[in-house]
Amino acid sequence: MRNHLFLVAALAVGALVFFLARSVGNEYVFVAGYVVLQYLVLATAWNILGGYTGYVNFGTPAFFALGAYSTAALTKLVTLPLPALMVAGGVVSGVIGLAMGYLTLRLRGVFFSIATLALAVVLKTFITNWSFIGGSKGTYIVRPMTVPLLGSYSQYLFLLMLLLSIGAITIARSIERSRLGYGFAAIRDDETAAEASGVPTLKLKLIATTLSGALMGMAGAPYLYYGAYLNPESAFTLDYAVNSIAMPLIGGTTSWIGPLIGTLLLGGVQQWASVSRIFEGYPQVNVLLVGVVLVLFVVAAPNGILGLLRSRRRRSTV
Amino acid sequence: MSPPLLAVAEVGKRFGGFVALDAISLEVGAGERVGLIGPNGSGKSTLVNCLCGTLRHESGSVRFDGAVMDGLPAHERTRLGMARSFQLPRPFRSLSVAENLRIPLLYTVNARGGRHLPPTEIDERSRELLGLVGLTEKAGHLPRDLSQVEMRKLELARAMAAEPKLLIADEAMAGLSHSEVDDILALLRRLNERGITIILIEHIMRAVMSFSERLVVLVAGRKIADGLPEQVIRNPEVERAYLGE
Amino acid sequence: MDFSLDLLLNALAAGLMLGGFYAAVTVGISIAFGMLDIVNIAHPAFIMLGSYVAYYVNDRLGLDPILTGILAMPAFFALGALIYQVYYVAFERRGQESLRGLAFFFGILFITEVSLILVFGVDYRSVQASWVGGSKHIGIVDFPMRLLVPCIVSLALFGALHLYLTRSFIGRAIAAVSQDPMALRLMAANPVRIKRIAFAIAISTASVAGAMLIVIQQAVEPSMGRDYIGRVFAICVLGGMGSFPGTLVAAMLLGVVESLTQTFYGPSWAPAVSFGFLLLTLAFRPAGILGR
Repeated sequence: MRNHLFLVAALAVGALVFFLARSVGNEYVFVAGYVVLQYLVLATAWNILGGYTGYVNFGTPAFFALGAYSTAALTKLVTLPLPALMVAGGVVSGVIGLAMGYLTLRLRGVFFSIATLALAVVLKTFITNWSFIGGSKGTYIVRPMTVPLLGSYSQYLFLLMLLLSIGAITIARSIERSRLGYGFAAIRDDETAAEASGVPTLKLKLIATTLSGALMGMAGAPYLYYGAYLNPESAFTLDYAVNSIAMPLIGGTTSWIGPLIGTLLLGGVQQWASVSRIFEGYPQVNVLLVGVVLVLFVVAAPNGILGLLRSRRRRSTV
Repeated sequence: MSPPLLAVAEVGKRFGGFVALDAISLEVGAGERVGLIGPNGSGKSTLVNCLCGTLRHESGSVRFDGAVMDGLPAHERTRLGMARSFQLPRPFRSLSVAENLRIPLLYTVNARGGRHLPPTEIDERSRELLGLVGLTEKAGHLPRDLSQVEMRKLELARAMAAEPKLLIADEAMAGLSHSEVDDILALLRRLNERGITIILIEHIMRAVMSFSERLVVLVAGRKIADGLPEQVIRNPEVERAYLGE
Repeated sequence: MDFSLDLLLNALAAGLMLGGFYAAVTVGISIAFGMLDIVNIAHPAFIMLGSYVAYYVNDRLGLDPILTGILAMPAFFALGALIYQVYYVAFERRGQESLRGLAFFFGILFITEVSLILVFGVDYRSVQASWVGGSKHIGIVDFPMRLLVPCIVSLALFGALHLYLTRSFIGRAIAAVSQDPMALRLMAANPVRIKRIAFAIAISTASVAGAMLIVIQQAVEPSMGRDYIGRVFAICVLGGMGSFPGTLVAAMLLGVVESLTQTFYGPSWAPAVSFGFLLLTLAFRPAGILGR
């Protein structure tokens, strides 16, 4: 089936990217690349619920932080390899996504969105008050320096996030053309008509919420090991909220390619901005521009870059 | 006497202080052709919404094919065999005309009894339905490229795609030309011959009169008449409702 | 937990006064979301803008913050009209309010907050006003001026708006447009213009609300707006969306619960209270406290 072929092709591209990165000879490529790939997973995950199904999630930081903090909590109890921690993070976030969906998805879409805003704040409050994982002061670990076979730990983290990205994109793509994807699209276009046509809307929405949340949790799980330090401020930053929405909306929400375009564009520009230090002393300008670009695109190019490309193609064939 | 396919018992619905439906009782036998008429605002669409599960009624109960429908979500009722077309067409805007038909095929037909239709059969059935309503050339188009009339045909085709036992056509013929109305009537009659029970909600009197075996009249949320079409239209209350005092 | 009647009564008093203030904070959302169905999640950011305007004028000119808030209302009115116009042209007209509209307001929320950080920094800012320190006493209960005055101003604002919306022509047109835009058109009123006025009114309340906020909280920093998102939507939903009496009851209720929580369990749990309210309301009683 084409899905398997795509996975193989994606893994091949991934391997190419990895070895290209190694050939640069500078560790920073892996450190910066990790951040971009993290956003790719978040954007793709967001798009499954937002772009495909039409339900806007403002609480990406909540699901991301759940993954990060479940790692923090587990690490205090037992030593687990990172992939296992990622799975655990995914499970925790997925369950919370399911629970929240169950509470709010039977109402209008806007109430779900407002509830996601609420979730981030509630979670942050709980975590700030939970001393077991450091509370507001945060928690530290000692990060391993090297890993057998690969060498640097940064490369290992990069590789894991690369594999997760490939997984996320493959899942998103396989949903698009499937029965599930058609169901999502029907819900997005007209939920009442979808119900009347036999689509079990609540069940599908719960699937979308759980899957989206789980992927975000998996993206967040290695965060403690990435920076060796984790506190509520860094886990719940606004960056994640705005980027996970801006990247799919700017790239185009109807397909898995959209979040990819949006991430590479926005993520690349942001990384370049922080390296070139043109906004020295004003780190918020970086993220302010993302907000401005988001608003501009939402108003002027609602279907994102993909939409612009498609309409240009249609005009040229007419 | 076989039990009725649809048994509506004392169904009531309020919106705040406004009584939209007042203890409506109605029975439809399998294979019947029932017409439902009434002035604007009499509650016809509200009744349809309550029957199909889009709205929750506060009192009374609905039984379909022997099973109680109350509390079941709309998609369950569709799977059990109740399908409806919407008065104002509600197509899936980002999907093509053919893809619009895939949704009920994938989610209603496929959900019944075990076997999933293979993709080739789905495509074939979708093409067949488009041919029946005359939308074959528009199969790849988006709904926004359709005329009002074509959208109504798509609406009907989508309801038919669910392979219902009972089809409720809510003003499917509004705005159609004389011959187009005849086409739709012929189509509905063919469906009825295959055994599908049909409730036709319409304002076009000649269509309702020629099609219905039985006529039900709703005025201000109450059922005021239920019987043979020729007798019902001679009912003084019905005359009053349509022509005034 | 040190339970005493003194503590309890003071917490209740503070809660009620806070509730009055919350009603004024929420009224903008009651109009925009409850009546016009516009999900303006950026409203708290405008409130923060109001706070900072009050701070700036107070810092430079020494003007009383609440007075500033009232004087700045026309500017906020214009801002609201502008934003509605963009929203209408880009979304409402095309019928794409849901996803894009939400993203639009989220972007505005974001841009406003970050702009405030860039201009004023993340340090806490406060205002100076001669009447703020004082307090009225009735028996063992304290009524601090910094809570009492905003509460009175809030209730006045709330009452004035309620009167305006139920008595004036434009006010009733606003109520009508949320129920039946077509009928409104037949009455020779342009629905778009009515909605624009309504939205502009909603945003102008943020000016006063923000000024009161900086007095009540004693110090503000830009990200505080986010704590208010949950509060305003919780109160709006619990109050039955556009209903003014319901909103007042809900605001008082939330104020009291928050105050009691803060007094007996500590301030760090306060944000969770309102959001918890919201989630519970949405899950179990979405029609609001007074039902609809």
